[in-house]
Amino acid sequence: MTNQTEDPKEQKSDSGQTLIDELNKSMDGGTWRGSLQAALYPILAVFTGLVIGGIFIAFTTEEVYAAFRESIGAGLAAAWRSIAVSYQALFVGAIGSPSEIAEALGSGDREAIRSAFNPFLESLVTSTPLIFAGLGVALGFRTGLFNIGAEGQLFIGAVTATWVGYSFTNLPAIIHIPLALIAGFIGGGIWGYIPGWLKAKTGGHEVINTIMMNFIAFRLVEWLLRTYMQAPGSVNPISPIVADSAKLPVLGGDRFHLGFFIALLMAWATWWFLFRTKWGFSLRTVGANPNAARYAGMNIVSATVIAMSISGGLAGLAGANEILGLNHRLVPAFSSGYGFDSIALALLGKNHPVGVVLAAILFGTLRNGATQMQVDAGIPIDIISIVQALVLAFIAAPAIVRTIYRLRDTGEEGDLVTSSWG
Amino acid sequence: MSDQPVLELKGITKRFPGVLANDHINLTLNKGEVHALLGENGAGKSTLMNILYGLYQPTEGEIFVDGKKVDIHSPGDSIEAGIGMVHQHFMLIPVFTVTENVMLGEEETTPGGFLKRREAAKKIEELSGRFGLNVNPNAMVGDLPVGVQQRVEIIKLLYRDANILIFDEPTAVLTPQEADSLFEIMQLLIDQGKSIIFITHKLREVLDYADRITVLRRGKVVGSTTPAEANPAKLAEMMVGRAVDLDVERDPPKVGSVVLKVDNLTVMDEQSQVAVDQISFELREGEILGVAGIQGNGQTELVGAVTGMTQTSAGKITLLGKDIQNKPPRTITEMGSAHIPEDRQRDGVVSTFPIIDNLALQSYYTEPFSNGVVLNESNMRDNAAKLVEQFDVRTPSIETSVGSLSGGNQQKVIVAREFSRDIKFLVAAQPTRGIDVGSIEYIHSQIVEKRDDGVAVLLVSTELDEVMQLSDRIAVMFDGRITAMVNADDVTKEQVGLLMAGSSLEEVMANSGGEEDHD
Repeated sequence: MTNQTEDPKEQKSDSGQTLIDELNKSMDGGTWRGSLQAALYPILAVFTGLVIGGIFIAFTTEEVYAAFRESIGAGLAAAWRSIAVSYQALFVGAIGSPSEIAEALGSGDREAIRSAFNPFLESLVTSTPLIFAGLGVALGFRTGLFNIGAEGQLFIGAVTATWVGYSFTNLPAIIHIPLALIAGFIGGGIWGYIPGWLKAKTGGHEVINTIMMNFIAFRLVEWLLRTYMQAPGSVNPISPIVADSAKLPVLGGDRFHLGFFIALLMAWATWWFLFRTKWGFSLRTVGANPNAARYAGMNIVSATVIAMSISGGLAGLAGANEILGLNHRLVPAFSSGYGFDSIALALLGKNHPVGVVLAAILFGTLRNGATQMQVDAGIPIDIISIVQALVLAFIAAPAIVRTIYRLRDTGEEGDLVTSSWG
Repeated sequence: MSDQPVLELKGITKRFPGVLANDHINLTLNKGEVHALLGENGAGKSTLMNILYGLYQPTEGEIFVDGKKVDIHSPGDSIEAGIGMVHQHFMLIPVFTVTENVMLGEEETTPGGFLKRREAAKKIEELSGRFGLNVNPNAMVGDLPVGVQQRVEIIKLLYRDANILIFDEPTAVLTPQEADSLFEIMQLLIDQGKSIIFITHKLREVLDYADRITVLRRGKVVGSTTPAEANPAKLAEMMVGRAVDLDVERDPPKVGSVVLKVDNLTVMDEQSQVAVDQISFELREGEILGVAGIQGNGQTELVGAVTGMTQTSAGKITLLGKDIQNKPPRTITEMGSAHIPEDRQRDGVVSTFPIIDNLALQSYYTEPFSNGVVLNESNMRDNAAKLVEQFDVRTPSIETSVGSLSGGNQQKVIVAREFSRDIKFLVAAQPTRGIDVGSIEYIHSQIVEKRDDGVAVLLVSTELDEVMQLSDRIAVMFDGRITAMVNADDVTKEQVGLLMAGSSLEEVMANSGGEEDHD
């Protein structure tokens, strides 16, 4: 008589499970080591994205078609030329011109050096809000929450930071700046708390609710700029300018301000919180396996609310950063979709703070260079959106990159030592 | 039996990156025999069978069918050679009828392109009758019980004229009754000239039903034997590579005061049906109370109620004198209780986390793992290194993610975590489900050791052997109620089996009065 019943799914590990585990594992990592290996796929993905983006450039350039009508050779040359000119402009716009940098350094002229390095610093300026918002989204993902509402949280963070920025006029900068930043964090935090609370209490899905909160935030900002926050005497929807004591100091170049270093500090703080504190441990457990979290006595309701609040707060800092560092006043279109880009770059950075910083700098650099490309080569800025999309597609499907470059699926070997082949 | 083997494997070797899954395996299958392939998880059984089925190509080695060398590059080649496989996970389409499922891939059509359904159904009926399969060709597969679905798989093979049938862990998904009828069917198949390879890691099935036994360990054939020559201890030793003590040695229990008191407890399941129906029992220090029962008779909900994972609807649960009804799991854990969960992948571990973190899962927030804010990583690492050593977790390192460990080692991680705390009450739900013999032996001995230390153990298991071996008292659950509460020494395994199937204690005791059957 056989009285044994067994759970069939525990009998052997199938390949699908192995793949999921592998992906999750590469997402994981409280340590900084192994980052070189981890960086290989993103680098190849960016390279492949640029190559395919080049094809798009060739296809969208009029001269290339004209040259092809003459001869194939001329066409290919024109295609090559258009791509080269575009990417050169992209590079110069994003990093700076190497010859100009060398010349400026040689001459020792301060003004020349400042101007030569400005493109690079501008790229960092563009990256800064992406770092803040990307950290927020990544923290949500780590807790198993899809915070699609970073853009709305960014808007509300900007509102609260702006209000603190212009309402207090006689504070020293050392107090005023932190106060305004904290206000931004709290503003965004409240905007994240609401969908978090709704999810915890009612089960309402955070994806739906954060999207709705985005719309509320956009319209709220428009309304505020026509009413309570409109600059006195202005007919335009703009707020008063924040006090000088609330402005983030410019450290170099035209606009490179303290915000970038605050963003790096927040990246470190997020890493520390997630991987070094007991709260981070429980958030990550809730994200990785909510059933085990419940079994281990963790409070899933509070983890959800806390994670959404912090996530919103970080996105709110992105808004505060834009106001206090660049715009100095609230205007309707101060963000060019940083909150939405941050979702993509959190995935690109594998939800690790270091990865988020690197991904944000990559996106900021591409974006900044794209402006130059549009000016110099007449290539529409949207090409860079295509490149970004391609990079993400390759990141999301590592198998494509693996196939293109005939990479062996490393990492699996060591991991399966004790796993079942039977 | 003819002298020509129907199937012969010579020197089959399969190398995966970093792993030698099959190492020069020789195997012969004679006509009309049931050849059992025995081995632990990871021994290479499934790899070998996947080679036969054409899913993998061997790195080296040759396959002969009826003395002729065959090259099997795909499942199609395999079917052509007369080899058929009943997979552990059925390959059936639930919304198709039996006939449609059987015809799938072999669709014979009339000149107009219509399926020859009626002919197929007739052939299925004929096969069903000949081999005692009792399958209605027009039934929808999704409506059939698991045991019958398995027979549909068998019909699929017979329909394609397979002579060599491979059964991969066929009883894993069956109830005991279904398993019994499967073995009757296998006998009928043999009687009609088929040959069977039967993969399992259950010793009893092998000894009862196989003609020959080949044991694999770490990709190699460690030996062949017959049921007449073998016994469970010998087979276990061959599988594991060392002597395995299948009988758990226990001293009589030294029972102390009441630890857990359950009074008229009622619990609803997820569909708001009564799952636990007004049950009452007491559990004392130093004893193991085994809860026996077929899966789905309220055990899961009972465990949920006493561990704080499931809300109760009526009754009272008292742990160490305190009411713990509907208290959160952490409160109950902190009172000195430990819980080996039924579904370890779902509840027991975070498979993407390293062993270090999983071993701290229940106490990460408190000394010595945290000072209240920051995690103390060096203490967590020391703890992991110590427990991995002490509980014999086989892993490349303490940083290895738990998901990449074998089931037995994952379970050892859970046992290590739960047993390393200072506990007074242990709930062990299906503590050895789906794990290898060596790990079972180890976990059993650990549970008994805890009991000897004065811990009150609530053991919930659907494996009758396990309940019989470990328990001091046995409570049989049937349909949400405890239908019998007996001292383990007063009953035989067969009697408990009958109780699990729903017989009353009086019936069972009356019927087996003079029987002398001690297993």
